[in-house]
Amino acid sequence: MNPAASVEATGLQVAFGRGRRSFHAVRNAGFSVGAGGSFGLVGESGSGKTTVLRALAGLLPPTAQVRGRMRMHGESLGAVRPRALRRRMQMVFQDPYGSLHPRHTVDRILGEPARVHGLDSIDNRIGEALAGVGLDASFRFRYPHQLSGGQRQRIAIARALIIEPDVVLLDEPTSALDVSVQAEILNLLQRLRRERALTFVLVSHDLAVVSHMAEALAVMRAGEVVEMLDVAALRTAAPQHPYSRQLLRASQGYDRAAGSEF
Amino acid sequence: MVERRDPLLIVDGLNVTFDTPHGAVAAVRDVSFALGREKLGIVGESGSGKSQTGRALLGLLARNGRMSARQLSFDGVDLLRAGEVERHALRGRRISMILQDPKFSLNPVMTVGEQIAEAFRVHAGASRREARDRALAMLKAVRIREPRYVFDAWPHEISGGMGQRVMIAMMMVPEPDLIIADEPTSALDVTVQLQVLALLDDMLARRGAALIFISHDLNLVASFCDRVLVMYAGRVVETLRAAELHAARHPYTRGLLACQPRVDGEGADLPTLHRDPAWAR
Repeated sequence: MNPAASVEATGLQVAFGRGRRSFHAVRNAGFSVGAGGSFGLVGESGSGKTTVLRALAGLLPPTAQVRGRMRMHGESLGAVRPRALRRRMQMVFQDPYGSLHPRHTVDRILGEPARVHGLDSIDNRIGEALAGVGLDASFRFRYPHQLSGGQRQRIAIARALIIEPDVVLLDEPTSALDVSVQAEILNLLQRLRRERALTFVLVSHDLAVVSHMAEALAVMRAGEVVEMLDVAALRTAAPQHPYSRQLLRASQGYDRAAGSEF
Repeated sequence: MVERRDPLLIVDGLNVTFDTPHGAVAAVRDVSFALGREKLGIVGESGSGKSQTGRALLGLLARNGRMSARQLSFDGVDLLRAGEVERHALRGRRISMILQDPKFSLNPVMTVGEQIAEAFRVHAGASRREARDRALAMLKAVRIREPRYVFDAWPHEISGGMGQRVMIAMMMVPEPDLIIADEPTSALDVTVQLQVLALLDDMLARRGAALIFISHDLNLVASFCDRVLVMYAGRVVETLRAAELHAARHPYTRGLLACQPRVDGEGADLPTLHRDPAWAR
């Protein structure tokens, strides 16, 4: 175990179902992120990347079988977690249209996690959380349908940060957004990470987004980490594993020759 | 690619307007282009009018939509005056459309395989048995790993990415002269996207057919198409040869290119887009 690590997973396995019908979503995943660092998990659909994130967040269904070790700040992340530990880790979901309660105002959406964790001066916190994500007080009593996709994702980020976590799990935070809005949200996340010394674990199918946001990344395929890469190295040299190479080539646009090689 | 002098499709002064409770909204404003036997990309962000441009060409607007144009013709047929019978003869056989969302475009009460086989029977006059074999081969061609299983599946049982591949398979069956594809590969993994586009590319080249590829993904369009129209607020703000996209002049196109993260980027803050109200005028 790495004592300096903020988040760490070793030999993680996740299976759903039992017996012959069981499905191993994650076969072997391991990585560690230092405090204030940013780590990316990249892979295609079914690679297990989101399942890893959900396992860290403690959001797997109770029937899932989890093996291996997950730790945050040296404390074990098991099936049952004390509230103080839960407060230190929050998650931002992919779809800003699906992850906000459609009949709750922004005020209630932001106030709820603060109340659940028994925080005081909730009124001030809501105002500060909005300001922190670049929205003014006029957004406070709006409903999600009155917001654009980018504004909704800002609210989702504010909801994650209002209880002052130090680890933020990001599941495809910009894949539902236009590129110009994506740029604004990625810049916002990077600024928040710098200002609040947050640790990020980011999941994305987009290699460019991950290499922009993270210092290191794991390429996942069929439940396994096939390669760990340093982003600085990725800029200058090609990855080793054939699948990582495919992913890199495919992310650079259409190429008829590559279409036959895969 | 077959070079012909007359354009296959002429669009001149296309307007699409939607009547809403808040008044009329102009979705497409004075869009004009001529399409040869080429791959034309239409790029823009949500609300730019790119999808409505594609739908208007086939007369597939929502009930509150109205369209007008100075000229809209396909291979000599005046689409503005064509009756339902004439349009019906074109749709599917000569012009087909791959829609963005397979959840809404596949028939929910017919198995996936039956829908593809039907396309073979109706458009290629194949027998029932032959249609089944060819539909299975087509599913395999769009990289569906277990074609037999998917053939008998209902649309609600398959994933979005699989649905997109089924749509693409179905629309390629009649080998039309023009395919209008609206974000045909947006739900696919990048490596699968590349394989499916290669398949489409080969069919287009073999048939000398034309493609209108509507997408938000500039890099993909620039690498796949011959020419690109950039739309903003319902208008075409710039037309470029795809190979020259990176030398775009319009500040909107340049802004879109700049704000994309890159694998070889430096990790610094991304430039953001500052919209000029003059672009929408």
